[in-house]
Amino acid sequence: MANITSLSVNGKKLPVNIDSQTSLLTVLRDYLNLTGTKYGCGESQCGACTVLVDGVAARSCVTPVGKVAGKQITTIEGLEKDGQLHPLQQAFIEADAMQCGYCTPGMIMAGAGLLSKNPKPSRDEIVKAMDRNVCRCGTYLRIVKAIEIASGTAKEVRK
Amino acid sequence: MNDEQHDLELAPEVERYELFADPIYNFSFNRRQFLKAFSGGIALLVPASNLFAQAAQQEQDESGRGRFNQRVPNDIGAWIHIEESGTVSVFTGKVELGQNIRTSLAQAVAEELHVPVNTIRLVMADTDLVPFDMGTFGSRTTPTMAPQLRKAAAAARETLITLAAEQLKVAPADVRIVNARFVNHDASKSLSLGDVAKGQKLVKTIPADVAITTVKDWTIAGTSVPKVGARDFVTGKHEYTSDMKLPGMLFGRIVRPPAMNSSLLSVDTKAAEAIKGVTVVRDGDFIGITAPDPQAVARAEKSIAVHWKTPAQPGASELFQLLKRDSSPSRGGGRPVGSITEGMAAADKKLSQTYTVAYIAHAPLEPRAAVAEWKDNKLTVWTGTQRPFGVRSELAEALRIPEESVRVIVPDTGSGYGGKHTGECAIEAARLARASGKPVKLVWTREEEFAWAYFRPAGVIEVSSGVKNDGTVTAWEFHNYNSGASAIQSKYAFPNQNIQFHNSKSPLRQGSYRGLAATANHFAREVHMDELAQLVGMDPVAFRLQNIQDPRLRAVLEATAKSFGWGAKKQAGRGAGIACGFEKGSYIGTAAEVSIDPKTKKVKIERIVASYECGAIVNPVHLHNQVEGAVVQAIGGALFEGIEFQNGQILNAKFSRYRLPRFSDVPPIEIVLLDRKDLPSAGAGETPIVGLAPAVANAIFAATGQRLRSLPLESQNGLPQKAQKTQKAQD
Repeated sequence: MANITSLSVNGKKLPVNIDSQTSLLTVLRDYLNLTGTKYGCGESQCGACTVLVDGVAARSCVTPVGKVAGKQITTIEGLEKDGQLHPLQQAFIEADAMQCGYCTPGMIMAGAGLLSKNPKPSRDEIVKAMDRNVCRCGTYLRIVKAIEIASGTAKEVRK
Repeated sequence: MNDEQHDLELAPEVERYELFADPIYNFSFNRRQFLKAFSGGIALLVPASNLFAQAAQQEQDESGRGRFNQRVPNDIGAWIHIEESGTVSVFTGKVELGQNIRTSLAQAVAEELHVPVNTIRLVMADTDLVPFDMGTFGSRTTPTMAPQLRKAAAAARETLITLAAEQLKVAPADVRIVNARFVNHDASKSLSLGDVAKGQKLVKTIPADVAITTVKDWTIAGTSVPKVGARDFVTGKHEYTSDMKLPGMLFGRIVRPPAMNSSLLSVDTKAAEAIKGVTVVRDGDFIGITAPDPQAVARAEKSIAVHWKTPAQPGASELFQLLKRDSSPSRGGGRPVGSITEGMAAADKKLSQTYTVAYIAHAPLEPRAAVAEWKDNKLTVWTGTQRPFGVRSELAEALRIPEESVRVIVPDTGSGYGGKHTGECAIEAARLARASGKPVKLVWTREEEFAWAYFRPAGVIEVSSGVKNDGTVTAWEFHNYNSGASAIQSKYAFPNQNIQFHNSKSPLRQGSYRGLAATANHFAREVHMDELAQLVGMDPVAFRLQNIQDPRLRAVLEATAKSFGWGAKKQAGRGAGIACGFEKGSYIGTAAEVSIDPKTKKVKIERIVASYECGAIVNPVHLHNQVEGAVVQAIGGALFEGIEFQNGQILNAKFSRYRLPRFSDVPPIEIVLLDRKDLPSAGAGETPIVGLAPAVANAIFAATGQRLRSLPLESQNGLPQKAQKTQKAQD
């Protein structure tokens, strides 16, 4: 199998030299030092490894890097623009939508993927889109709230 | 574990399931060492005895000693350091795993120092920098560590004011602290913390009589200070152990046997060792690999031919018979009260039932991880554990080196829930690093985390009771086999009780879990109470109130019923259930409404109300969220989490086979927080988890007439199809 020699991550073309079957997660974390993307299960069940590929949420743990060569990959590190947090990152802080924080990057990427294709999702649409992301600390209701805040559909934020 | 330790009245439950018994007193910072390390500024020390034992408290009477000349204790439990730069650092052995104590402890210190929260830096869980701590478990941080740090901060403030007054040439009473500056009466002169601490070299023990801010005067505690470091979590910058990378670091893997209690028959590692950069470590049955990159690790792992022998071992289907068969006569639970015989004789109706709970997994989203480095005969291990000092001892013992040669550092960790007390991964990483001569990172896979850590104990609980027709419980006999004694005692006013915990031989490795056995014991007790209410034809809330004298328990039950709208008519096919309880200083009431899909028999929780009272509230939003998180986590153990096993293998050791609560499982949850400013704050990390399972089981009964007495309540295919007998009552 041919090796992959470059990847477009967060708007930059990065040189790599890696077997195309290697998971995108391993390449991001262990070869490119982009450790914001997390390992949780290795079988696309928990979503801790979620990144955007051409703007669409994808599970990097089951994505062979060969499949995303030439595509635009966005990780949690690439969401902040010029020191400005993405509205969903800001909303996660506002809604206190995290406890241990380990699922948070994957949650934010999955939510960002949802908002990019559906800027005003209903509550049911949020739950459906996010249902493959696991938060073991149980912050789900606040994550829904954060997505609603970011999409401008939140009715109120608990103070 | 030693048998003498099982008297409940002597040993706290939190220690029952520690897998290793460490020396309780093992203080790294004695007076001499502290003074050697202390460079300057002002330090306020909390004696370890204040945190770990009451026995030594009498020794801490400091009255009559000189203001700056108090005895420094030999054993230090925590300290606050006002550095000459003005930085306020708090040193504690506690660990942050998402429970937000980095925030709440900073609030406590900021409150007493009269400075903003962001001036406080917490140095946590680094065994070379912080004093000994037993670990972060048992909901102890808020009731023990926080008040002691408050005292230290209050004493520091008084010292700073005295010094500032000298510098400002005013009376101490004229000095106020405004925006972290010490100002004189007309604010014409001011000093920063650094101005005051500069050139000082003061070390004090907190005086016994130091006054702390009363709850009604709280301005920082009691408010919803945002999570410290939140921005680093939403940007992915926060570095968990599993994210670390040291120069020259290798990646590690352990070659595991297929099942527990296996022994190695043969292994051929030649092909693996031929791969460039790969080192294979063999030590008894331990087989590990290191390599400079994960691809080489994966190739090496594949090329190792290994054969194991696994003995036959019991499976989940025999579990409950085994736990009873192998149990001890009694391991405490408290002295019997009154007479069961007399209580039964006074009863109009009697009921005997058996309840069971399965093993469940903590499944912290960050699996165990460790980075180990040997340098100049010293071992440093970064790892996510709730017991940094315990893991240090484990490392020293396993690697046969002195504890002084081991440093354990715990980066804020991807959760634990009681599941990260032990140091397996740390030991493995250290062993690999020693063999390869380079730093090694080892991150367990999800399957390893399931199969090679430990579980919440499974258990069997037998309850026999007697009740009068007016709803008064006259006799209560309760036997818990294996799952534990936490909350085995209740706050109900049962006049005749015999409550016993029985140790057993667990076929799986078991240990701490959020709330420990409090979930199991509340499940059995609160379902049984529901059965008794039904037996005498009473409403479940009225029945409980009939047996409650404790006003705090009454308050959470009534608050729950009120917010839930208890007694309102339900839609067809729906049912409501309620439960209440007490553990580790706090009270919980939980009500749930469920519906059951008539075809699939799947349970849907439609809504939940949880009322919680843990004394004075430290951070309302974080408390709300901690309670909500516990309730959400409880959904899994209530409905569908359970470990399947056979012959030493965990059969559902992955997320595709082990169902966790997800977005779609979470109904609207109303949290009612009862703020008791007149009572000390209790820890809130555990107790809110205990009420949901019985509330849901009782709601399922209300909806279907089907009485479920086993956790998880759902089998893989929904509710058990064969209805369990609802009564085994004898009049």
